[in-house]
Amino acid sequence: MRVNFTVNGRPQEADDVWEGESLLYVLRERLGLPGSKNACEQGECGSCTVRLDGVPVCSCLVAAGQVEGREVVTVEGLAEFAKQRAEHGGCATGSCGTSLDEARRWESKPQDSHTGEGGELSPIQQAFIDAGAVQCGFCTPGLLVAADEMLERNPTPTDADIREALSGNLCRCTGYEKIMDAVRLAAARQSEAV
Amino acid sequence: MGTTGTPTNLTQGSRTRGGIGESTLRPDGILKVTGEFAYSSDMWHEDMLWGQILRSTVAHAEIVSIDTGEALATPGVYAVMTYDDLPTEVKNYGLEIQDTPVLAHGKVRHHGEPVAIVAADHPETARRAAAKIKVEYRELPVITDEASATAPDAILIHEGRDDHHIGHVPHPNIVHRQPIVRGNVEEAAKKADFVVKGEYTFGMQDQAFLGPESGLAVPAEDGGVDLYIATQWLHSDLRQIAPVLGLPEDKVRMTLSGVGGAFGGREDLSMQIHACLLALRTGKPVKIVYNRFESFFGHVHRHPAKLYYEHGATKDGKLTHLKARIVLDGGAYASASPAVVGNASSLGAGPYVVDDVDIEAIALYTNNPPCGAMRGFGAVQACFAYEAQMDKLADKVGMDRVAFRQLNAMEQGTVMPTGQVVDSPAPVAELLRRVKAMPMPPEQQWLTAGEAADVRQLPGGLSNTTHGEGVVRGVGYAVGIKNVGFSEGFDDYSTAKVRMEVVGGEPVATVHTAMAEVGQGGVTVHAQIARTELGVAQVTIQPADTQVGSAGSTSASRQTYVTGGAVKNSCELVREKVLELGRRKFGTYHPAWATAELLLEGGKVVTDGGEVLADLVDVLGDESVEIEAEWRHRPTEAFDLRTGQGFGHVQYTFAAHRAVVEVDTELGLVKVIELACAQDVGKALNPLSVLGQIQGGTTQGLGIAVMEEIIVDPKTAKVKNPSFTDYLIPTILDTPTIPVDVLELADDHAPYGLRGIGEAPTLSSTPAVLAAIRNATGLELNRTPVRPEHLTGK
Repeated sequence: MRVNFTVNGRPQEADDVWEGESLLYVLRERLGLPGSKNACEQGECGSCTVRLDGVPVCSCLVAAGQVEGREVVTVEGLAEFAKQRAEHGGCATGSCGTSLDEARRWESKPQDSHTGEGGELSPIQQAFIDAGAVQCGFCTPGLLVAADEMLERNPTPTDADIREALSGNLCRCTGYEKIMDAVRLAAARQSEAV
Repeated sequence: MGTTGTPTNLTQGSRTRGGIGESTLRPDGILKVTGEFAYSSDMWHEDMLWGQILRSTVAHAEIVSIDTGEALATPGVYAVMTYDDLPTEVKNYGLEIQDTPVLAHGKVRHHGEPVAIVAADHPETARRAAAKIKVEYRELPVITDEASATAPDAILIHEGRDDHHIGHVPHPNIVHRQPIVRGNVEEAAKKADFVVKGEYTFGMQDQAFLGPESGLAVPAEDGGVDLYIATQWLHSDLRQIAPVLGLPEDKVRMTLSGVGGAFGGREDLSMQIHACLLALRTGKPVKIVYNRFESFFGHVHRHPAKLYYEHGATKDGKLTHLKARIVLDGGAYASASPAVVGNASSLGAGPYVVDDVDIEAIALYTNNPPCGAMRGFGAVQACFAYEAQMDKLADKVGMDRVAFRQLNAMEQGTVMPTGQVVDSPAPVAELLRRVKAMPMPPEQQWLTAGEAADVRQLPGGLSNTTHGEGVVRGVGYAVGIKNVGFSEGFDDYSTAKVRMEVVGGEPVATVHTAMAEVGQGGVTVHAQIARTELGVAQVTIQPADTQVGSAGSTSASRQTYVTGGAVKNSCELVREKVLELGRRKFGTYHPAWATAELLLEGGKVVTDGGEVLADLVDVLGDESVEIEAEWRHRPTEAFDLRTGQGFGHVQYTFAAHRAVVEVDTELGLVKVIELACAQDVGKALNPLSVLGQIQGGTTQGLGIAVMEEIIVDPKTAKVKNPSFTDYLIPTILDTPTIPVDVLELADDHAPYGLRGIGEAPTLSSTPAVLAAIRNATGLELNRTPVRPEHLTGK
């Protein structure tokens, strides 16, 4: 079957999709967006978390056919998504896309993997790096999408709020302490910026 | 001290920014937060096929027949292979003992053993085709424990063993046996006023790294294969893969892909050979990605263990003797069992002074899942037992539990039960003092917090099972000892290639090693070392591959020590060559080139008094200076097979924990409130990464204390919970705050005085939590993990 949906603000079309394929599989194997991760493929680990019409979901549990006509935001689009939100106010659906004017000003910049120059990160992405919340990094994309969504809803979370919101995302490396630090840091920077 | 205002007595790197000792950020951090970092399961190739493994549905059986006809006839299937299709006479592999069949031959020895492999154009096609392969089994009785393994009529798991351990084991179903005997236990026992005996059970833990086993094999025009893979040791994989494929090692080119955690579970091969076989058979790239269910069958686990301990103490609290027997279940294949036995036995006494010991450790062959390396590696199981013993003994003597440990704590100069003198700091008593001195979390927050009281901080959490009724606090302490590096005479070397040249008008260092970055931050540290040793700002870390010499394994807390040591060494050799170059070019202009101690700092050659002699850009010009060199730590020696005596370990590492728990004693629910750790790290090359290792290791210890266990049916030897639904690892809600106190006492034998750090926190975390639960409940709790039914007594 063919599935039409929007990913990170851009219309996408996936062909020859087998009915049993998950959204995760289509993103990773058909659309060249492997950022959403495949740690368990059974909805237990949160590594594949994306936003579907604004709602965080495990993309491994969403049949590809279910996303027909809908809006998906993945970790690859998180920086742009957060930027749009900051500039234009709530764009929780991911459907804002790029205005023609902005698109004309856009130019490709090579990204330096060591310094991050050229890339633009969302506050939560930058906080994960700064706080040391990334080790192997396999849980990171799902945690970023989940944490970003929580901060959108709750800009001043308590520690208990953070733990509750991220309880569906497993991490095996960090012991979660630096992840807590990162979310606290992103929240603090966000409230300072306001 | 200098009087002229210029700094004197500079040392190499002391003025370099981003060098060792700073919390520089990960070079791969940006890629990992943007989703662009390419893990082994992210590999993709035009025209690639998907591989699938068919695994045994029974634990122990003869294979009567395999019918692949229907699978092969499935549209979209390109190849089906069984044992009969293996291309060479080498059909087994293994880390130390080559006892593991690439594909089962005549017999399967554990649940989930690979029997056949399929390549197809879609993963679902491959899965369905694999399910169409008909395997007829004739089931055999299963061997699941010591009694059934060593019974007089026991079936031999491996007949005709010819490995180097068979000569000294009491039964062919025992992989390896290591006694450690020192002093005279029977005589010493007579001096004991108190004796404590205990029998302990340690459950089977899974590494549960999040990135599943996966990779891509691409057949090459020269008949070789390029393999993109997640592993802990590229060259060890290569040595095992190439002979099975019938290829010389230079035709199996391996590149490390992104590794989604490891924790020991990637020391053994998983899908590497299978992907290569299918790629070479079909002539197409083949990708294999395990799902989580398969991952539980696709790698070895931590050895479950039975531990029998007897300690004695005098009435003033000094240990008199130790008798211990540690029985590790190695499962169907040897994997790392012999080395795990070596660790469990040689570290079985813990970080305590006890002169008279009789320890025996064995690993069994059984039909349970194969067990091998996992963080802590034999020392974890022993620590669980000896720390329980210490509490019991302290209680009998009538001493404070921490004071009792401190009284018996080893220190620098202590003789280990192996006869090895500990020749670097061993601050066991100090670590206990520090962890005990940390402030305690407030008690009964649900009463004192008033409106801020939060059900989420109580046992049961959002299940809202208690508002404090029946909740009891407990506190427990533990300390452990772990070795660093590969032991027992292993040639534990690493290789680093370092180049220095001018790029874009700036001096740049390039570091190339085969070290597997599995998340620990080795790449960060290598760049720091290069900056410190070469005085440059820009360092490029090359991807790890087999085009450079072996780095050894990312295991045994060894990589910063050994590959870090290799990078340091190669940098020093490069520095010498750069200085020679400088002397040739500029030596005549300034006498200091010949007379002073010269350093590389801030992109310049300077004297140790801080005088600048030349810019590196001018010294190097168009030339590049490159060194590839191996580096070794001081050698160790094998343990005597009868007495266990020997200089077996290159370094020891220590951590202590204090656990604070709150237990709902009515429902048996445990909330770990805080898990404080004090650890000696020698020198923190990257303090932020050090904390990450300590907190992560602590949390894995918490997991085996209260939730993690692979359940194997004792009647069928089948795994009952191969999923994250049924095998639980700590979530962010289960994990407490983990305050850490880092001590830095240099080990003069190690680069920069550093101490390997990754494993020690996994040891003492578990017994500390158990001790806290015992403290809260008054129960004996001789097994881990503790489940609610163990606490409610039902």
